[in-house]
Amino acid sequence: MNELLTTLNAILASIISPGTAALAIAAIGLNIHFGYTGLLNMGQAGFMLIGAYGFVISITAGLPLIVAVIIALIAATLFALILGIPTLKLRGDYLAIVTISAAEILRMIGRSSLLTSVTGGSNGLTGQSYRGPFTDLSFLGDGQSTLGPFTYDNTGSNGWWVRLVAWSLVAIISLFVFLIMRSPWGRVLRGIREDEDAVRSLGKNVYFYKMQALILGGVLGAVGGIMFVLPASLQADSMGRAMTFFIWTALLLGGAATIFGPILGSIIFFALRLLVQGLAGQFVPTSIMNSQQTEQFSWIMIGIVLMLLVIFRPQGILGDKKELSFNAK
Amino acid sequence: MPSDPTPTGGMTAQGAAAKASIAGVESVPGVAKPDAILTVDNVVRRFGGMTAVDVGHLEVQRGIITALIGPNGAGKTTFFNLITGFDKPSSAAKLIGGPKADEAARSQFNGKSLSGVGAAQVAKRGMVRTFQLTKALSRMTVMENMRLGAKDQPGENLLVSVIKPLWIAREREITAQAEDLLARFKLLDKKDDMAGSLSGGQKKLLEMARALMSEPTMIMLDEPMAGVNPALTQSLLGHIQSLRDDGMTVLFVEHDMHMVRHISDWVVVMAEGKVVAEGPPTTVMEDQAVIDAYLGAHHNTDLGDDALLSDEVAEELAKEVEEEDKRTEGDA
Repeated sequence: MNELLTTLNAILASIISPGTAALAIAAIGLNIHFGYTGLLNMGQAGFMLIGAYGFVISITAGLPLIVAVIIALIAATLFALILGIPTLKLRGDYLAIVTISAAEILRMIGRSSLLTSVTGGSNGLTGQSYRGPFTDLSFLGDGQSTLGPFTYDNTGSNGWWVRLVAWSLVAIISLFVFLIMRSPWGRVLRGIREDEDAVRSLGKNVYFYKMQALILGGVLGAVGGIMFVLPASLQADSMGRAMTFFIWTALLLGGAATIFGPILGSIIFFALRLLVQGLAGQFVPTSIMNSQQTEQFSWIMIGIVLMLLVIFRPQGILGDKKELSFNAK
Repeated sequence: MPSDPTPTGGMTAQGAAAKASIAGVESVPGVAKPDAILTVDNVVRRFGGMTAVDVGHLEVQRGIITALIGPNGAGKTTFFNLITGFDKPSSAAKLIGGPKADEAARSQFNGKSLSGVGAAQVAKRGMVRTFQLTKALSRMTVMENMRLGAKDQPGENLLVSVIKPLWIAREREITAQAEDLLARFKLLDKKDDMAGSLSGGQKKLLEMARALMSEPTMIMLDEPMAGVNPALTQSLLGHIQSLRDDGMTVLFVEHDMHMVRHISDWVVVMAEGKVVAEGPPTTVMEDQAVIDAYLGAHHNTDLGDDALLSDEVAEELAKEVEEEDKRTEGDA
């Protein structure tokens, strides 16, 4: 019973954790790409990386927080431009190929030993080296606070302050996405998702709109990257291919082309994994499955859930079947 | 709301004037028109070794309905794509190499050159097209499809789109306009349905209505009647005629000769990528070259319509069939 409570506690903690919020923000960005515009971005983790590196390197160079954030967003914009200029005029698959490779290139550069003095190489950089300016902004003061079952530092490395900021960002970004997607601008994007040529024949500059969507989603990816490294450390491998697929899973779980889909998807993604891991840890004897194996087992379960989802509920949990199921035309 | 157009007759003065403007123009391929809205020169498109389109000179008169006909594979749709910027002529002027300046592809719309202009820009200048294979935006509602067609929407700018009061006025305008058009095309009760749930014919209507949302000066229809039932065809014909009567120029591709004869003021015939004949419908359809290449000997008879099939025609056809049978028996 006690262990079950621990599992439940871990699940609840994961729901409000800043990591979940970071994944949700990145998934909202991917939703702009895939859900609304139909762009196949297979390198959302690359946008997270560039945001995280842009932010952290600027901070360690001694720049103020706001400038560091702006630099990170500009870096993501440039990254989107570099990826988009050659590929957005081609068929969708090319963007997928280019984004996945570009994200890998970024990760390789990040962990390269040649850049150890800047990026920390494969060991990365510890949170203390760049967290300072962010925690200094906190108005929560020192000490600990308890809210329901959770007790965290008010301001410390992984406390209430970063949670407050991360989830506020999720709320603000969701509102922003809601506002732009109900507008004629969002309508053009959905039109592009359905048929580029039709939209072109109506006098809309499709290339320009796709570029805007790619940049906007990429910038949100960068914000997700910053939020991801703030309570933890910056390590290139933590934002590799696997991260991209986590974001995709979260988006498809929750439902693409919806406002709350990516958020719900991110929460369920972490909660489900912890639930499987916790239950397996409690009820399966270690002679059959040890703790390392239960973790792997939880990943397998995530994969199976994703497959079942694609087959039986292609629009995701919140999606409108009429509007968006996996495009199987 | 514009009155529901009657399929035949009831032409406005403007329509009649437009129709009259083409009278007296010689029926020669590439002839100059008194008031050409679209002029095309040296447009060549090759796919590998095959020349799909090779049009030396063609002018389209302003304000009338021009039909573009020709057998399958004549290059009509490719020609459409080339004019509307969806494809580039092989003969386009290039920075290095390419054809000589006077041999390069040139096209002019409404007094402005269209060379090297992209599809979206062509549409913005007032030449809007539809597609042979309809491109309804399936997972958007009929109303959203229509709204997408309108131009000058401030809300299509990302920065403006966030603040609803900045674009809601224009949105109301275009919604009213869209409802108007949908009523004309008998789609108003479908306005909240997904476009993908419409029938093939209704999608054709929607695509045409959507193109009209931008209030174009010239509309290009690629086989607007294909897959549309006869009753709907009648009303579509009425719509096309009323477009001309409203002062719009119409260029359309069609295979149904009755329709072409019925509504077009001028016919351009393409075969193997070239313009082989042009002129008023009656003149063109008597042209022996056109009959041989495309129409066939019995193009004047509607083989599917019993009402039109008089006893004499039936006997005549029966006789022909008999003769044909005898001949084949003789061969055997």
